[in-house]
Amino acid sequence: MGTAVARVRDLVKRFDEGQHPALDMVSMTIETGGVTGLVGPDGAGKTTLVRILAGLMDPSSGILEVMGKEPGKTLEAIGYMPQRFGLYEDLSVIQNLNLYADMRAVAPEEREAVFTQLLDFTDLDRFRQRLAGNLSGGMKQKLGLACALVKTPRLLLLDEPSVGVDPISRRELWAMVQELTGEGIGVLWSTAYLDEAEKCDTVYLLNEGKLLFDGPPKALTGAVEDRVVQVTDYDGTPRRLLTRLLDREDVVDGTIQGSSLRLLLDQPDALEGETGFAKAKVAPRFEDGFIERLGGGPKGTSPLAQAYRSIDAGNRPAIEAHGLTKRFGDFTAASDISFEVPYGSIFGLLGPNGAGKSTTFKMLCGLLTPTEGDGSVAGNNLLSARGRARAALGYMAQKFSLYGDLSVAQNLNFFAGAYGLEKGRARSAIERVTEIFDLGDVMGTNAGGLPLGFKQRLALAAAVLHEPPVLFLDEPTSGVDPVTRREFWTHINGLVEKGVAVLVTTHFMEEAEYCDTITLIYRAKQIANGTPDQLKAEAAQMAGLDRPTMEETFIAMIEASEAKLEAQASRAA
Amino acid sequence: MKSPLDPGRVRALIVKESAQIFRDPSTVLIAFVLPVILLFLFGYAINLDSSTTRIGLAVHDESAAAQSLAEAYRTSPFFEVTNAKSVAPLKEMLIAGEIRGIVVIPQDFGAGFEQDNAPPIQVIADGSLPNAANFTTGYSQGVRNTWAANEAAAQGLSAGPAIDLSLRYWYNPSLTSRLFLVPGAIAIVMTMIGTLLTSLVIAREWERGTMEAMMATPMRMTEFLASKIVPYFLLSLGSMAICTILAMLIFGVPLRGSVLALVILSVAYLMPALGQGLLISAATKNQFVASQVALLSGFLPTFLLSGFLFEIASMPQWIQAITIIVPARYFIPGLQTIFLTGDVWEILWPSAAILLLFGTAFFTLCFWVTRRSLD
Repeated sequence: MGTAVARVRDLVKRFDEGQHPALDMVSMTIETGGVTGLVGPDGAGKTTLVRILAGLMDPSSGILEVMGKEPGKTLEAIGYMPQRFGLYEDLSVIQNLNLYADMRAVAPEEREAVFTQLLDFTDLDRFRQRLAGNLSGGMKQKLGLACALVKTPRLLLLDEPSVGVDPISRRELWAMVQELTGEGIGVLWSTAYLDEAEKCDTVYLLNEGKLLFDGPPKALTGAVEDRVVQVTDYDGTPRRLLTRLLDREDVVDGTIQGSSLRLLLDQPDALEGETGFAKAKVAPRFEDGFIERLGGGPKGTSPLAQAYRSIDAGNRPAIEAHGLTKRFGDFTAASDISFEVPYGSIFGLLGPNGAGKSTTFKMLCGLLTPTEGDGSVAGNNLLSARGRARAALGYMAQKFSLYGDLSVAQNLNFFAGAYGLEKGRARSAIERVTEIFDLGDVMGTNAGGLPLGFKQRLALAAAVLHEPPVLFLDEPTSGVDPVTRREFWTHINGLVEKGVAVLVTTHFMEEAEYCDTITLIYRAKQIANGTPDQLKAEAAQMAGLDRPTMEETFIAMIEASEAKLEAQASRAA
Repeated sequence: MKSPLDPGRVRALIVKESAQIFRDPSTVLIAFVLPVILLFLFGYAINLDSSTTRIGLAVHDESAAAQSLAEAYRTSPFFEVTNAKSVAPLKEMLIAGEIRGIVVIPQDFGAGFEQDNAPPIQVIADGSLPNAANFTTGYSQGVRNTWAANEAAAQGLSAGPAIDLSLRYWYNPSLTSRLFLVPGAIAIVMTMIGTLLTSLVIAREWERGTMEAMMATPMRMTEFLASKIVPYFLLSLGSMAICTILAMLIFGVPLRGSVLALVILSVAYLMPALGQGLLISAATKNQFVASQVALLSGFLPTFLLSGFLFEIASMPQWIQAITIIVPARYFIPGLQTIFLTGDVWEILWPSAAILLLFGTAFFTLCFWVTRRSLD
């Protein structure tokens, strides 16, 4: 690549004496002419490192220079986009740009040219007068990037620019940043998405403050070359096969990809001679390398599922939605959404932000009353038996669902009470999940102070205390490390085999792969339905792609829907 | 050495802050609607003057003197009297809160009056309401003394009281509490805007993450703080002007001093008020905590410990000691002086000087706390 714009040697950052450091002996170099990826799960220390580079925090020890100086002394040369973009939501797009231009002393006569170029680049020119607070998530992000670029920096620091943004916006943002590297800017892109790591020129992989890997992403995937296989042509559900295979010693890691399995083996010739399925070698991904560095994924059997009651399926589907429609004034947030979820299966609601999946989800939870249509959860009608419908489901969101300033024990007691478990049952339910999720040592700790992996477990524990027949999951594993994510899905897979019906809303493609059936919601309407494999095949045909990933499928379908809408509009005109 | 403030950046930040103020309805509400509400509240709802107090009167004596004194109580403009032959029924009324005190004229009152001209009467007051109790005892005594003096004069025993008191209250001749409460209310309003509103605005930048983005630009923290002080300083003065005009037009509060004195004292008070607000939000970084701290450390002391409602001289020693560090204590008397008396510079200069000293202390602390760091 080009010249080094930032250098870090043996950096340590400790927030509290005695606690394990947020950054532990991290070294990195950021060069111009390429994107340097800072990759790792939430809580790995990415934000801390970016803030130190931006001169917003002092390291506890270590050597650090940006353009040959201390970071705080070279602020003119740094462009920084913090996680929440740093926009004033009550100011307009142009007011935000002007403010940042003033802070960076961009001469008034240059300004118009710079703004025009940036607004063009970010496709925000139409929204100059719009308040930043009224922009969509993806547009806010682009404006944040524009604000960081008002004065062309030498070093651009992007702290998780792709969080909370749908795949299309993510792709556009990536393309923009790629373009910038051609202009001699050194870019640091921090992310929790491992698929983004593969596209970076150099990657620094952080986990719990420690550098697990640095170098070109190929070097990491190269280490697992020949050991990643796809498993197809088997009898029974993919979940049952995955459980069986993961319990073997020679399988390091495994995930579900639609109807096939993806396994990481400890030897290229492992599983040789096993019958009952076909396997073929596939190209390794960054995540495979990462999980191996972490010591492999969890085993396949879920103790939670083993202790769970068997759900009596009955003859009605677990979840039914019939023409669910929600209008707010003359704005239609969800239009004619219909689907059925049988017991013992996983159903995915997919879509970009603002597409209407949260509205649909809230109607099914009984939090919003549908304008038209109806539905039921575990046989309880959403309109006439809302309370019973709610009691039959367990709800878990990766964010927001716990009380951060209550202890783990208090949270569990609260949720047991909220789900109406009487004392004896509550006690035994809490004891059961405490043992299964290994929460014994942290019972007295405030939930807010737990490491992310524990929060994740606690949230699931709270949602299943009352052993509901239906589980609603809202982006359940965003940002967590791959081992924690595997652990979570092991439990979910186990529960589904016991007969539980699961509804997932997400825009994370890894989560979509675990679904039996997916419906894709865009602009309040269902634009596609089917199994992950069916959707992929459809997209392959539509966009002429060869074996598209879930993300490519998603993008292709939304673009096709856009094109159809535009064609309709032009015909109407 | 570069200058601590870059005029271009400060101007840009002030423009941004002003745009935010006018776009946020709650700011306008706190700055312009709340003052009007508070002023009306203090102007009309709170009244420290006694009107009439309900008392019971038990006359145990049939003598002419006793009856004449009883009549004096009945005709007094300060009392509304319930008559009884004995104390017992009145006691029940006192417990029920129907009357605030009991005056007992004893059996031997007439006889004693014949002999030494000073027979004692008994006054029972409801001590659970100290203010009312004070009125009852004080005014009861007054009625009795006036009666005794008149009686003596009528009988020609003496040529009237030895000294004739001719009372005149200066500056507030009718002793209307509204006239000194309204200037005090102006101080409360300025504390609300200066401290409460400012405490919220920096905390908001922390919460929304804009602080972080701003700190990563070449902006200096002094510039940032300056951009917070100037708009809210002007906003407070504007609110002050509205209050003053309302006070004069609606409540008939006179402005005997000069506008100049009013402005000087207000500016002096805004220094500690704004400084405290900035310090709170810089230290808490959280809007909820900031508003609580601002109410507890700014609003309540201004309300209770400044001499606005309760006289400082009658507080216990240790509370008096605490009032020394309440800036409003130096502002409210000065403000009342300007409105009711005039420009008494011997009072105003020391007050202004102390307020500026407080302001300096707060700002120093504030710059010390606000570092350009997320640690």
